[in-house]
Amino acid sequence: MPFFALGLAVVLGLAAWSIFVGASDISLRSLWESGWHDTPVQVLVESRLPRTAALILAGSAMAVCGTILQMLVRNRFAEPSTVGTAEAAKLGFLIVLILVPDAPIFMRLAAAAAFALLVTLLFLRLLRQLSLQSPIIVPLVGILLGGVINAAATFLAYRFDLMQSLAAWSSGDFSMILRGRYELLWLAFALTLVAYVFADRFSVAGLGEDFTTNLGLNYRRVVALGLGIVSIVTAVVIVTVGMIPFLGLVVPNLVSLALGDNVRRALPWVALLGAGLVLACDIAGRIVNAPYEIPVGTMLGVIASALFLYLLLRKHAHLT
Amino acid sequence: MPTLRDAIRQRPVALLVALAVLGLLASLAFMTVGARGPWSFVLPFRGMKLAAMALVAYAIAVSTILFQTVTANRILTPSIMGLDTLYVLIQTSLVFLIGSGAAVALSPSTLFLTQVAAMIGFSGLLYMWLFSGRAQSLHLVVLIGLILGVLFRSLSNLMQRIMAPNEFAILQDRLFANFNTIDTDVLAVAALSVLAVSAYGWRKIRTFDVLLLGRDPAIALGVDYKATVSQILIVVAVLVSVSTALVGPTTFFGLLVASLAYRMTGSERHAFLLPVAALIAILLLVGGQLVLERVFAFDTALSIIIEFAGGIAFIFLILRGVSR
Repeated sequence: MPFFALGLAVVLGLAAWSIFVGASDISLRSLWESGWHDTPVQVLVESRLPRTAALILAGSAMAVCGTILQMLVRNRFAEPSTVGTAEAAKLGFLIVLILVPDAPIFMRLAAAAAFALLVTLLFLRLLRQLSLQSPIIVPLVGILLGGVINAAATFLAYRFDLMQSLAAWSSGDFSMILRGRYELLWLAFALTLVAYVFADRFSVAGLGEDFTTNLGLNYRRVVALGLGIVSIVTAVVIVTVGMIPFLGLVVPNLVSLALGDNVRRALPWVALLGAGLVLACDIAGRIVNAPYEIPVGTMLGVIASALFLYLLLRKHAHLT
Repeated sequence: MPTLRDAIRQRPVALLVALAVLGLLASLAFMTVGARGPWSFVLPFRGMKLAAMALVAYAIAVSTILFQTVTANRILTPSIMGLDTLYVLIQTSLVFLIGSGAAVALSPSTLFLTQVAAMIGFSGLLYMWLFSGRAQSLHLVVLIGLILGVLFRSLSNLMQRIMAPNEFAILQDRLFANFNTIDTDVLAVAALSVLAVSAYGWRKIRTFDVLLLGRDPAIALGVDYKATVSQILIVVAVLVSVSTALVGPTTFFGLLVASLAYRMTGSERHAFLLPVAALIAILLLVGGQLVLERVFAFDTALSIIIEFAGGIAFIFLILRGVSR
């Protein structure tokens, strides 16, 4: 517990830092001297606070999503971008945008999440039917499937002049976050809490249909709930800030290296580390090339894929 | 009953001639269909484009098949293992480290050769690291290659973001050609490099066949295994550099072409396999571009379609391999 408090303090420190870093210089002093109104306060309320909140919410939600998927699929390398969920959500948004251009955001979200859920279910069923033992196959085929869906999406986007939207969904970037443009992420946060409550059932479901039914749980319902949460959260994150690659894969694995596989104990840490990592990357992205910004997706793309490689190579003795 | 495939296998020359004729027809059509404006403009303009496409197709086909010979399987390709993105990373790092001013001051051929040298070094290291004796699962190697590709691409993106916008513009302009704005100098350097490694490889082509028997049999038959593998890797590095310099990274084109070539020929003789693969690649690229550009008026869609079809083919190859 004292360690968790320490971790929490670090993340809160990063959050505070995130509030005071950026192109427009605001500090406690400038806030005080402006008498708590005027430009500094406006920047604080309209941009910095929403941005910091969005970073924490999106980071923790994506990391928790990874954990849920890993439990349900019983594969350490499952996460929204390695089982087709993320790419399917993008394609879903695109199709809705083409068919019903002025659909309200909730309808778009529902359609994209439903599509993502469907693709993920089909993918997992296909893999189960092939009864594949190698843990490498899930991320390998999943990433390839993501590439195929992505090609289809690119083709559609190219055809209907929507490349800009597609690019925005594909790469995580918090620089456009303002008050009024991130609040959907609270929905993702609420779903993350639901996931915490049901964490034990997800790990039971990972042990198989028969086992789950023997324990008196409705297997299909548990899987549907878990994948439903993952699909909605992924869709929300994609439409508000864009895809954050491999976060859901790397964070839970790092936590389990340190803490072992007790899900209930691990989940708060996963959420904390996810938030911390995204915060740190965003702050670094704002500092490295100030006053310009480097999007989180680019920073994390480097860090997360390097960590993914580390996990693969470290684990390779168990994988072959 | 003799099928078409049997017929082809008995008469390899007929297949070569048929593919060459089809390729020529596609090229002729590409040069002439839908031409508006004076021929003195159209022919040189399209000719450059055609030459670049043929060069890229040849480079990708040959490098893929040779790479598969060295790694003794039909799933890995240089681009799947991240070599294309490695080239882009080297390119970006060069401009990032020495600045665009210095990079522009170098002649295109010096610049290109520097990059090729770095590419040979790094891809050699990568290969040694991935295949250093320990028997690892092929799927793990593929996954590592795919993630390496992501890592290299993200690193290049990061550097391109940090660069000043005009440095980036110069990098883009100078180093990433596309088929519509081909630099004559780059094309000439690329063509010469391809010619050089092809002449070199042609003399060794029978040794490549022996490599397919596996490491130990090849050594028993008197092949200097290590030297041959390194030579092939150098050839592959040069060819990948050429194709990436001309069109940028392509993920699955090589895989598609190589799979088609194996299926059509059913042969393991490189002297037959390599020309067939190169002709298929030219036919696909020129024909595909012709159809999309002139018939459907889609300009950049070819790479997307290749990505789509290639991804599906690759998933199929992997799942078929697994279920066995």
